[in-house]
Parts: sequence; C-alpha cells; structure tokens
Amino acid sequence: MGFYIFLTLLIVVDLFLPKHPFFSWEGHPSFYAAYGFVSYVIIVFGSNYILRKLLKRKEDYYGDY
Amino acid sequence: MVIINSLPPAIILIIGAFLIPFLKGRLKSAYLLLLPVIAFISVVSIPEGIHWTVGFLDYDLIFGRVDRLSRAFGYMFTIISFIGTLYALHLKNQDGQHVAAFLSAGGALGATFAGDLLSLFVFLEIMTIASTYLIWARGTEASYTAGFRYLLVHLFGGLCLLAGILIHVHQTGSIEFGAIGLNGIGSYLILIGFGINCAFPVLHAWLPDAYPEATITGTVFLGALTTKVAVYSLARSFPGTEILIWIGAAMTVFPIFYAAIENDLRKVLSYSIINQVGFMVVGIGIGTSLSLNGTVAHAFNNILFKALLFMSMGAVMHQTGKSKATDLGGLYKTMPLTTLFCIIGAVSISGFPLFNGFVSKSMILGATTQDGMGILWLVLLFASAGVLHHAGIKIPYHAFFSHDSGIRTKEPPLNMLLAMGIAAFLCIFIGIFPGPLYSILPFPVDFEPYTGAHVLDTFQLLSFAALAFCLLILSGLHPVEWRVILLDTDWFYRKGAKAFHRLANRLLGVKGDASLTTVAETDREVIRGR
Repeated sequence: MGFYIFLTLLIVVDLFLPKHPFFSWEGHPSFYAAYGFVSYVIIVFGSNYILRKLLKRKEDYYGDY
Repeated sequence: MVIINSLPPAIILIIGAFLIPFLKGRLKSAYLLLLPVIAFISVVSIPEGIHWTVGFLDYDLIFGRVDRLSRAFGYMFTIISFIGTLYALHLKNQDGQHVAAFLSAGGALGATFAGDLLSLFVFLEIMTIASTYLIWARGTEASYTAGFRYLLVHLFGGLCLLAGILIHVHQTGSIEFGAIGLNGIGSYLILIGFGINCAFPVLHAWLPDAYPEATITGTVFLGALTTKVAVYSLARSFPGTEILIWIGAAMTVFPIFYAAIENDLRKVLSYSIINQVGFMVVGIGIGTSLSLNGTVAHAFNNILFKALLFMSMGAVMHQTGKSKATDLGGLYKTMPLTTLFCIIGAVSISGFPLFNGFVSKSMILGATTQDGMGILWLVLLFASAGVLHHAGIKIPYHAFFSHDSGIRTKEPPLNMLLAMGIAAFLCIFIGIFPGPLYSILPFPVDFEPYTGAHVLDTFQLLSFAALAFCLLILSGLHPVEWRVILLDTDWFYRKGAKAFHRLANRLLGVKGDASLTTVAETDREVIRGR
C-alpha cells in the first residue's frame, strides 16, 4: 500500500517541480514513469517469449565441449 | 614508506604472493590481509610522474606511469583485493587460489601503471594465466572445460594485441602506452585485443561461460579485474573514439535480455558485468571530461556493488551448493544478513539515489545530454530499467524470496560476512557522500547528482519499472525460470571445435572420438590431481 502511495506522490510532485529538460520528450510530466514501466514490460516479454524460444537448449546440450 | 615505495605496487603483490605457501595459521591470514594494504599505501603515496624505468633492447619499459587516471584504477584494484582476500580468508589448504588471486590483482596493477605497451602486454598475460587457474581451481568437469575455453580466447586476444602492438611500434617507433586512436591495422588489432578483455559484443561469450564456473572466491577477483583493466586500457588509448559509443550502447542492451531468462544466478551477474561495462565504454567513446569522469567513477562503484552481488551469491553457493534460480528461494529466513547485503548491492547497481550507482551512472547519462545524443540517452535509460530487472530484482528475489525452496541453512563464515559488510558500507557511503570519489577522478568535477528533478526522475523510472514487476507477478503474467541453457556466440567455437575434432579424426583414419579424447582425459587427470 505504501508503495502505491509513494508512486502517486512521485507523479504528483512531478507536476509542480521545475525542470530543465535537455530533450523535448523529457519535459512531459511522468515521462520517466511511463518509460520505466514500458521498458520493463518489453524486457520481460521480449526475453521470455522471443529470445528464449530461439536460444533455449537442454542443460547438457554441449556435452564435453 | 621509503621501503614500500621502492617497489611498484604490482611487484609487491606478485612477489608477495609467492611467500604465501611458506606461512601458516594466523600469520598467514594476517599476511594475506596486509599485502593489499601495503599495495594500497604504495598507490596512495607514489608521486605523479614516471618511475621504475628499465631498459630493454632499444626501448625503455616503464613500470610506474602515475597520473590521476592510473592512480584511480590503482585504488580500485587494491581496495577490491583487500575485500576479495578477506572474503577468501576461510580457505584452508588452498594456497594456489590465494597466490593466483594476488597474481591476477598484481597483473591488473601492473597493467594500470605500465607506461609502455610491452609491459602492458606481459601483465595482461599474467592475468590471463592467473585467472585461468581461478577457474580450474573449482575442480569440476565444467570448470575444466570452461577454463580451457577462457584460456584459448584470451590467448587469441593476447595475440591480436601483440600483433597490433608490433605493427603500431613499427609505424610510430614508440612503445608508449598512450592515446592511440583508430588509424590503421595496428590500432584495430589493439582495439580487438582490448575488446576481448572488455567483452565487446560477439567477443563476449567467454565471460558468462567462464565466470560462473570459477571458484566462489575467485569470481570476486575475476569479475572485478579483467574487464576493468580493459576499460582502463580503452580510456588510455581510445578516448573519444566514436565507434565505442555504439559498441558500449550495444553492450548495455543485449545482456539484459540474456540476464532476464538465464537460470544460473551467477551467470545473470556475468551478463550484468557486460551491461555495466557497456556504460563505461559509452563514456570513453563520448570522450568529454564529464563522460570520462563518469566512466572512472562507474568503474569504481561497479567493482564494489558487483563484487558485493557476486559475494552474496557466492555465500549462497557456499552454504547450499546451488546457484540456479529454479533451485533456490526463501533463503532470507536463514540468511538474513546475506539477504540484506545482496539487496544493498542490488539497489546500488540499479542506481537508486543514496547508493553509489546513482552518483556515477548519472554522470555518463549527463554526458550524453551534454552532447545532445537523444537516441543514445534513450538506450541507456532503457538499459537502466534492464539493470533493475535482472540485478535489482531478479537476483535477490529468486535467491532469497520467491517460492520457498525448503532449504534451511545458516549465514556464511564471519570473514565472508565482513567482506560483504565492507563493500555494502562503501556502496552506501559513496552514494551519500560522493565527494571523496569525485576528488580522485581524472578531471575536476563540476557535477551535482542530487538535484530535485534528477532524484525524482530516477525514482519514477525505477519505481514504475518495479511496479511493472509487481503487477506482472500479481497477475500471474510473469514467466517462471526454466532449467535450460541459452545459446550465445560461444556456440561457434564449441560446436566448431567438435566439428574440427570429427574432421581431424576422419582425416587421421581414427574411428569415433578416440585420439583426441584420450589426450584430453590425461590432461583432466593431471589438473584434477592438484
């Protein structure tokens, strides 16, 4: 519960904190929150459903090599 | 002080290492801890300039080129030698491991303070051999074969480097280990030589192949030294080389996908090394004073939190004999201190404010904004979320929480706890007081990590990434770990060797795998018979 209150606070404070964005997209409120969330989901799904399908082998795949 | 300063720090460790087998009991323990302390004092106290010049053929070999860059790396390698030695202090009748660890650290210091390319090469080769020993010393079938692959890959890298050096010296007439830059075949070969040590993409597979197979205590040295010496070499010879920006960016991204699905937690940490070194390589490629400061600061911090994570996983392995996510879980009940130390390492590497990863990674990210490199900045930010995923959450979650594996054990020996405690303390101390770290960086620091906006942005990025984790777990959408291995570029030489082996047998008219396997079996017996 505390975690969700903390998250809400992060969003609310962001609306009032003066910023000096280096890039245009960085200035949007909650850009970082959205980027973090989306990146995480991409990493989890991309690695598990694409990369693992392509690269997984049995643990004894290499034998003696 | 005069006595300490009469020898280069590398020689203190290398010669000192050979006295270890002659000592016993507490005297040996005291001596083991004293050696890195003496080397540290030496690094602190040598004045800037050129020391210990030895004539060799027509050239001067320089064993002590001391400036702010080399001294900063000297601090790192001596501090981690102390922590790593403390962590290994419980080893009895394993003098070989202590000797190899000091040779490896001595090689790293020698390479750092080398003023010429020839002595750099020699010290790197010392590291290769000592590191191979630390892999073999585990004494398992897997460590035997992984050690051989490690040796072959690094000997190949060493040959590239040597060939590059010879061409470079022939062209320029100078053996100075200084700025080289990309100009001609010699410099490319040198870059490849450094790049193999640095785990450049495609040349990286030796790292996640070998490090998880090394001894529990040896991995602490391996993970801290080889790649960071390579970072130093690149910072020395190729600062501002643009291709390094994109090589580094690739290094930050691809390992996070591997680390996400790798089952062996020590292998996850190995991929994580590549990701972290990627940030440093980006900093070298940008080549501004801010980015190079960021690289050095991040190398310093990375050595601490990565060693801490490897030590906590090593402690788990020492107590349970296991390192796979599918075998572990619920250990916080019986290893609370190790859990705490692991979480501190995890939070530090993720770059949360008040921990050391934050104060150095933000310098590198800041350098990309300075240069207006928007795409690069987005890539590094994505990679930062990836670090949170595999090192910040996956490592502690699967080892200590997750489903209860039913394993009940106890905390590791006191020396292991102390070593983790020191590393954890430094992670937090530097995170809160970055001043001392900033004061040893190569260039004057004009950078403030703790601005309101930056702290808030970082918390947003990491907390909402963590929210994604929570929601995926709660909704049951988060995939579980599998008992599989993952193909990587080592496939080419592992399967390639097998094909060559078969072909050779066919040409020689030998049936089956007889000829070469017999030789391999004999070697195995020799190495095991240590």
